[in-house]
Amino acid sequence: MPLIRVVKRQEPLGWGSCLVLAAAIGLSLLLSGIVLYIGGTSPIEGIVVLFKGAFGNRYALEDAIIKATPIFLCSLGVALAFKLQVWNIGAEGQFALGAVGATWVALSLPESPSYVVLPLMIIMAAVAGGLWGLIPAVLRQKLKTNEIIVTLMMNYIAILILDYLVYGIWKDPASFGFPMTPEFSEAAIVGKIGSTNYSWGLVHCLVLGVSFWVFLKYSRLGYEIKASGDNVRAAKYAGIPYDRLVMLVMVLSGALAAWAGFLEASSTINRLQPSIMAGYGYTAIVVAWLARLNPFYIGVASFMLAGLRVGVEGLQLDLQVPAAFGGIIEGLLLLTVLAGGLFTSYRIVVTRKAHEH
Amino acid sequence: MRLSKILTTALLAIGLCVSQASAEDMNVGFVYVSPIGDAGWSFAHDKGRLELEKMDGVKTSYVEAVAEGPDSERVMLNMARKGYDVIFATSFGYMDPMLKVAKQFPDTTFMHCSGFKTADNMGNYFGRMYQARYLSGMVAGAMTKSNTIGYVAAFPIPEVIRGINAFTLGAQSMNPEVTVRVVWTKTWYDPATEKEAAKSLLDVGADVIAQHQDSPGPQEAAEEKGVYSVGYNSDMSQFAPKAHLTAPIWNWGPFYVDTVNKVKEGTWKAEAHWPGLADGIVDLAPMSDMVPKEVQDKVMAKKEAIIGGEKVFMGPIKDQTGAEKVAAGTAMSDPDMLGMTWFIQGVIGTTE
Repeated sequence: MPLIRVVKRQEPLGWGSCLVLAAAIGLSLLLSGIVLYIGGTSPIEGIVVLFKGAFGNRYALEDAIIKATPIFLCSLGVALAFKLQVWNIGAEGQFALGAVGATWVALSLPESPSYVVLPLMIIMAAVAGGLWGLIPAVLRQKLKTNEIIVTLMMNYIAILILDYLVYGIWKDPASFGFPMTPEFSEAAIVGKIGSTNYSWGLVHCLVLGVSFWVFLKYSRLGYEIKASGDNVRAAKYAGIPYDRLVMLVMVLSGALAAWAGFLEASSTINRLQPSIMAGYGYTAIVVAWLARLNPFYIGVASFMLAGLRVGVEGLQLDLQVPAAFGGIIEGLLLLTVLAGGLFTSYRIVVTRKAHEH
Repeated sequence: MRLSKILTTALLAIGLCVSQASAEDMNVGFVYVSPIGDAGWSFAHDKGRLELEKMDGVKTSYVEAVAEGPDSERVMLNMARKGYDVIFATSFGYMDPMLKVAKQFPDTTFMHCSGFKTADNMGNYFGRMYQARYLSGMVAGAMTKSNTIGYVAAFPIPEVIRGINAFTLGAQSMNPEVTVRVVWTKTWYDPATEKEAAKSLLDVGADVIAQHQDSPGPQEAAEEKGVYSVGYNSDMSQFAPKAHLTAPIWNWGPFYVDTVNKVKEGTWKAEAHWPGLADGIVDLAPMSDMVPKEVQDKVMAKKEAIIGGEKVFMGPIKDQTGAEKVAAGTAMSDPDMLGMTWFIQGVIGTTE
């Protein structure tokens, strides 16, 4: 009787993993097509409109890249923590506090030139987000709390702090009571590169992404993070200061998400308002896993996911497909790609004879 | 990921052309903050859009569930790029994004609902929903036995606060003992959260549930508990046939048709519109048989009076601390109403 067994691969799949990925994406598109067909839309036309809207022209690419920016930075942050096997689910809250920190500087220094105010905004955002990351790290190492729960809970607190400020002392007196701060001064806004629609925030992403890679690959700390992530006990035995490492990583992780909050407030919205919270901190976790914590792939994955979200809007506008379809196709894609991961690290063996135990 | 890019390119290479809307037709786009299902805010706007669809030479489309902020800016930008002639955006948070897009597309007409900014090619509009809210408050005030009415509210912004105050004034006009307890959900459309919020109000003794939410969640909570409810946006009686007394409702169709006609004729001007009961943009849904005849008569008489020019926010009006905010015999001005951030006496809750 044939028996199917799942065996762990001794060697990574290499180029074959691209095939697995393509098959996974193909399968998710096929399933999405079926969903479209059931909904009464031509599947081929739907998928084409989706991709055209996502990546099909200059505008679409621009939109996808702009939307990918905050996802990319948050994702870098959580990926760093995940490398150390510290489960930071708190990017959303760290993002919120980053925006709060940056806004505080922008509102306090309305007259200062940009070479003063922008660096201060970044520093303050990083400090606020970093501290927000440090708290669960300290609690984890000193009191053995579970960082997943603590970071998740702290997200709600951070968002409430943001709400409190925006509905309260930071509310623009000229806003008819609506929750928003006054618009930042010109100097506090990260502008666009030349005549393009791209914000200088894109350059921040490139610099931070490359630094992230260099830090992990070539620095001693980066090595310690990877080593401790692989095996905590061995790392401690080798004299790596694990407690301090966890705290450092959580501070950096929080600071990266906070940087995204700074860019979103300064460059995209030009003020602080509750709608700045769009769930990027949670999307970032998905992106980090899809990209297997590799900074280059995080860039690609955030771009793809952002493009998908942009494309779905075009699909709605041109073919009046319900908004819920966006969630469906995203879910299908994640499901098939992550499930496909099984085939890259395991292989399926069919044996003729059943083993006796 | 590399292969997926190749796949993308391949799909693009197939390059099926998507039919662009024809040039002679007037294209009208709508941006909605929530899905159009479930009898809520966006549903009411979409009913208005369908009125436009019936017009000759007008084509419409929409994007639903668009987050306020940068996402909405991109959606409006893409509508303008695709040649839409008129764009309606129906949530407060779309105001600044729309202003940015309007500057880039001077030939497109932009209309923003519920804000206060205008530009050369951007007008704003809203309805005096507080007038209909007052009437629905009268019904609730007449029907409560416990003298406690629960109000599930979205965000502490002037639009919502104004509605709660008008509702409370209406309730007090029928029953001076009434108090209105407010719970903030900080959501516009979240059926589960909004239902839970209504339950929390039922637990503290409310026997009529009113709402400023876009889902029928609070209606369902009232139906399950066997108490009364007042809906919002559209007639929500199908969700709570035994609870639903009435609802202050929107009727956007005539306004949208009028606006698009003006754009067609070239007589459209960027203005701030704030029509009310008299123009039919807001109304009261038919009252249930559970509401006694004499109450219905009083409410309808008041409706005629408001249409005839009677003011809802007429002094004396006191705030929660008892301080007089509107002097006896004077009516509140429009700017004061638009910026209302305090509750009147009789409301239990905070505006923070």
